[in-house]
Amino acid sequence: MTINATRRDVIKGAGALAVSFDLVADAARAADAPGQKLPGDLATSPKVSSWLRVEAGGKIRLLVGKVELGQGVLTAVAQLCADELDVDLARVAITSGDTRLVPDEGVTAGSFSMPNCGSAVRQVSAEARQILLGLAAKQLGVARDALTVADGTVKAPDGKSTTYWDIVANDAFEVQATGAAPLKPRDARRYAGRHVPRLDIPFKVTGTNIFIQDFRPEGMLHGRVLRPPAYDAKLVSLDTTSVEKTAGVVKIVRDGSFVGVIAEREELALDAIAELRALARWDVPATGETQDTVHDWLLRQKTQDILIKNEPNKAAKPAATVEAIYKRPYHMHASIGPSTAIAVLDADGVTHVRTHSQSVFETGAAIAEMLGVDKAKVHCIHMQGSGCYGHNGADDAAADAALLAQATPGRPVRIQWTRNDEHKWEPYGSAMLIKTVAALDDKGDIVDWSHDLWSTSHGTRPGARAGNLLAAHYLEKPFELPTPVNGGPPNYAADRNAIAIYAFPGQKVTTHFITSFAARASSTRGLGAYANVFAIESFMDELAARAKVDPIEYRLRYLKDERARAILQKAADMFGWKDFKRAPGRGRGIGFARYKGLAAFCAVAMEVEVDRGTGKVRVIRVSAANDAGEVVAPDGVKNQIEGGVVQSLSWSLKEAVRFGPGGVRSADWTSYPILTFSEVPPIDVELIDRPGTPFLGTGEASQGPTGAALANAIFEACGARLRDIPFTPAKVKAALQA
Amino acid sequence: MPALKVNGRTHDVDGLENSPLLFVLRNDLKLNGPKFGCGLAQCGACTVLVDGQPVRSCVTQVGAVVDQEITTLEGLGSLEKPDKLQRAFIDEQAMQCGYCVNGVIMRARALLDQNPHPTEGEVRLALDGNLCRCGAQNRMVRAVLRAAREA
Repeated sequence: MTINATRRDVIKGAGALAVSFDLVADAARAADAPGQKLPGDLATSPKVSSWLRVEAGGKIRLLVGKVELGQGVLTAVAQLCADELDVDLARVAITSGDTRLVPDEGVTAGSFSMPNCGSAVRQVSAEARQILLGLAAKQLGVARDALTVADGTVKAPDGKSTTYWDIVANDAFEVQATGAAPLKPRDARRYAGRHVPRLDIPFKVTGTNIFIQDFRPEGMLHGRVLRPPAYDAKLVSLDTTSVEKTAGVVKIVRDGSFVGVIAEREELALDAIAELRALARWDVPATGETQDTVHDWLLRQKTQDILIKNEPNKAAKPAATVEAIYKRPYHMHASIGPSTAIAVLDADGVTHVRTHSQSVFETGAAIAEMLGVDKAKVHCIHMQGSGCYGHNGADDAAADAALLAQATPGRPVRIQWTRNDEHKWEPYGSAMLIKTVAALDDKGDIVDWSHDLWSTSHGTRPGARAGNLLAAHYLEKPFELPTPVNGGPPNYAADRNAIAIYAFPGQKVTTHFITSFAARASSTRGLGAYANVFAIESFMDELAARAKVDPIEYRLRYLKDERARAILQKAADMFGWKDFKRAPGRGRGIGFARYKGLAAFCAVAMEVEVDRGTGKVRVIRVSAANDAGEVVAPDGVKNQIEGGVVQSLSWSLKEAVRFGPGGVRSADWTSYPILTFSEVPPIDVELIDRPGTPFLGTGEASQGPTGAALANAIFEACGARLRDIPFTPAKVKAALQA
Repeated sequence: MPALKVNGRTHDVDGLENSPLLFVLRNDLKLNGPKFGCGLAQCGACTVLVDGQPVRSCVTQVGAVVDQEITTLEGLGSLEKPDKLQRAFIDEQAMQCGYCVNGVIMRARALLDQNPHPTEGEVRLALDGNLCRCGAQNRMVRAVLRAAREA
């Protein structure tokens, strides 16, 4: 299998054949049929040819706008394609994330890839099969229904046969999908729902070209950018003469406060930046916030107050009212591989940008605005990078490379951020503060509930606006950061999962959205869901403890959704909740959510041990249960849930971006430590598969439940209620002494 | 003439003695295995073996390792013929993005060469200096133990 192809490869495969009138008639009939809504991104890119080509030599070229981030999505969509088209998986070659070749599927984020891309690929592959069978029927002179297909070879009952690639029917794909093509019954599928080893892994364990970092075009130069000492710093003076004279330094690019260097060798570029840093004089405005004051800052800001649920129980006569405040700090995406891009300005004025961006189309448009050129003059091509977990430095590195490439027409410029760049300049997951209030009756049952949250933006992705690109702020003619907008229903952003799934007699949820920034922030795995679920599920645990009721039983009182109840019960059974024997210093906790209220259901139970002397928390074991609807790639789903548990444990136990005078202080892995191999507990993941139901996005489902389960387990272990992430030993000790 | 011996082949590195080994391996020798992660010896993504010992190539100067035997990920096996450890990582689907995997495999290779049948605890301890952000640690530990079992 091949993962990306040049444009020539794709065009080469496109043979010519006149469109059959039968097919046109088929399409027309289906278009007349009412209620055929095209699934997922097929609705916005309905042409079959946008997604599929048959290539000479027996390959099926699948074109998708979603990109591989290490989540295994390309393997999953290949499974769907191979099944519906009746070909071996090895015949499926994928082109992904090339703005000139693939359907625009927006951003690869928000756990949307399987619902939007997966369901589109499945349907369009079924449509293509119908088209190919129609052509084969004509060629073989038999009725379409009489044909059978095995690995692209179409057989008539009399033994005559042809193949997809003999038909080469790409013109026939220049039709709108009908939505009417039948999907394979489950037992006729070879790949979907079964374990298929990921297609990219053999490349990655052997050092075979697959990462953007491995792309080395002829004549490539190495660029680096001199990032300012702080967000709002302005360059006052910089004498570049000495650096310019250094052998191997090709160019110094200066545009306002943006300074970059292009060199023949990577280490020379780094040396030049170090020298320039020593020579540069900056005007650095003072900043007052620290990680300890950032939540006070949140509360001091002017907010947009959005009532996202307003169904208070006006008749409630509570016996008691309980409230709690929960906090999360700024968290980093903290990719292991710093952001990378390679750009080249061609003679035709087009800048080609290799990037690991999640949003190639919109990032390309933003770069075009920054460069002051037409959108068509920027061509973005996705290549795999280090895992990103949201909007990290990928797009900014693409912008850096595109800017520098303007100075060396014809010669590609490669950027890879330093560790310092990545830690200090990526847009973080926003700090949040959440206040929950419950009105209780005399038995401790909830009669009314409110949830207020304060947050800055979780969405400053490029979105076709230059002002969202880091470098654009520092140009002589700078682009202003657009005023951020909070994402609304049904997915929400800061307030994602803020509406509790529980059927309380009353519920009121208010978002206090802050459009200014204490630190650069954007989409980080789960957006607000991580903190909102942490707050809701911690508070439920507190209320259960108060009512002296088992926390699972307490939840089930308010949980009407059968799939939600099933997943909670499954996690409890896996963990052995009922028969749990508490050892001294140990405790268990559970957390649950349906991601976004509309995606995967996930419950996480865990056991922890708390050292009362040091305050150190050790996670002993984790059981996670997940319902992602119909499962295409079982191991892929498990891997996402397991990885999400580990990352959320890391956020919740160890991570907080540190600030001080002058800005961000977390500049490397020592000042921003993450969970290590010896700290990762055994994690058991099981799935409830629901064949025939829609794909539910799962990549972000375990973040919130994990944080809450951890806090709840710490409470049972030692009686201390931790409401301020991360639960460092110092905070646990302080809570024990309180 | 100083020479760099990598995966059994000798390369002339005249004039590059002060360059970081990682950049020479990646940019001059066009090897993809070792990755740039931090440049500070904190994450392990750049790990290679020098005379069998795991070394962080991002902070190692070429001059310090000339004439020693350097092994990179490519030196273990190939796409067509992965070695046992690489095979075990495939069998266990032991990654998400795979960026850290070079370092994990190289560190594990050094461990297995020295201790062919490590306990799970010994594997975790050996890999504790290698950072993985996707959360695939348990899968990687299982892969190393599988390779040890099947060796």
